[in-house]
Amino acid sequence: MINNYLCDRMNLAEQIKHLIKKELLLEWRSKYALNGVLLYVVSTVFVCFLSFVSTDKVTLNALFWIIMLFASINAVSKSFLQESRGRQVYIYTIASPLALIISKTIYNSMLMMVLTVIALGFYIMVFDFGPQDLGLYLLAALLGSLSFSTIFTMVSAIASKAGNGGMLMAILSFPIIIPVLVVLIKLTKNAMDGLDRSVSLDEIGLLLIINALVMSVSVLLFPYLWRD
Amino acid sequence: MYKNWWKVLGAILVIYSTVAGFLMKTPELPIIRESIRNLYFHVPMWFSMIVLFSISVFYSIKSLRSNDPADDIKAVESVNAGVIFGLLGIVTGAIWAKFTWGQAWSFDVKQNFAAIAILLYFAYLVLRNAIDEEQKRAKISAIYNIFAFPIMVVLLFVLPRLSDSLHPGNGGNPGFNAYDLDKHMRMVFYPACLGWILIGCWIYNILYRLRDLERNKLSK
Repeated sequence: MINNYLCDRMNLAEQIKHLIKKELLLEWRSKYALNGVLLYVVSTVFVCFLSFVSTDKVTLNALFWIIMLFASINAVSKSFLQESRGRQVYIYTIASPLALIISKTIYNSMLMMVLTVIALGFYIMVFDFGPQDLGLYLLAALLGSLSFSTIFTMVSAIASKAGNGGMLMAILSFPIIIPVLVVLIKLTKNAMDGLDRSVSLDEIGLLLIINALVMSVSVLLFPYLWRD
Repeated sequence: MYKNWWKVLGAILVIYSTVAGFLMKTPELPIIRESIRNLYFHVPMWFSMIVLFSISVFYSIKSLRSNDPADDIKAVESVNAGVIFGLLGIVTGAIWAKFTWGQAWSFDVKQNFAAIAILLYFAYLVLRNAIDEEQKRAKISAIYNIFAFPIMVVLLFVLPRLSDSLHPGNGGNPGFNAYDLDKHMRMVFYPACLGWILIGCWIYNILYRLRDLERNKLSK
């Protein structure tokens, strides 16, 4: 079979590299996801700026994560939902499912990290919202975008296979993302107040554990999902 | 009959724990007072829910490997039974909270996360309804079920320990074991837990057999 033949020829790392390259190339040609989601974030931040007359820092922090939550659902859900049936079948014949889920997750994490850093910069500029420990806040933002992308990539794969796009995506992913969101808001609040970094080690560890858990479960389950 | 000994045991234990739970002596403590008897009903609900959800994950894994529709039905019916126990756990908790904390929903971390964990399983049931094709439904919902289970464990067992909670055993509060759960209470509490878990399994068993009969009738 051609599938097995190619799998033997190209090992996993090679396949992942090629698939990530393909995603980056597609994104570079259209620049749809990056520009679209960036515009989405910027306009949402503006809407919030105009609607909230005065707010305290805790609210601003929660608001940032809620904006990022919706932005990342939009950005990541496109990875499986907007891929045509024909292209999915094509990828199925040439790459192993393992390579596909890992490459999609890595690509989405890269996309989300870029987006989150830009959004954070813009947010700080508009709201004059300066966390006392910017380094820790940035680390939390990167960990947050990593968790969003690992979870949403798998859920968008499930939702796309169920064939009922957007609404299912929201229903399935919100309960899963809430624990991450709670930990993130706590961690970033520590960073905002400039608490000693050793206080936040619990939260950082928990986020890493959740990510490792989600990632290993996705890698185990995705081959079953992908095989129609 | 000899196969059904556990159903009899479950029924006897639940009847015993209900009668003894209302009649036996309990330690007299401020604030909590006689409402401490709710321990025999509130906590076993959560244990039964966890057991039922674990059964569901077990059958989801099995159905992914075997593609047997019976395993899929077992998985969904144990979630159905587990959700009932989860809702009962929330209701008994809310009644208890009304008397001891002053408010039925006190925005306690455990209350919130338990509610979210139940949402997770409602999402699973909604996902099932969204897919028409039977085999596809079995596969996708099994995957979501396995994916959601570790998140539920994090929600119920890890996160509440990180923040302050009104529940005993969290956020610096002493655990129930420390001083209120004395020898008399243990004699009711452990049988109550075992009894309700067995009753939960019985409910799941009946739900599954009903579904199985319906399926066999349709296929004939």
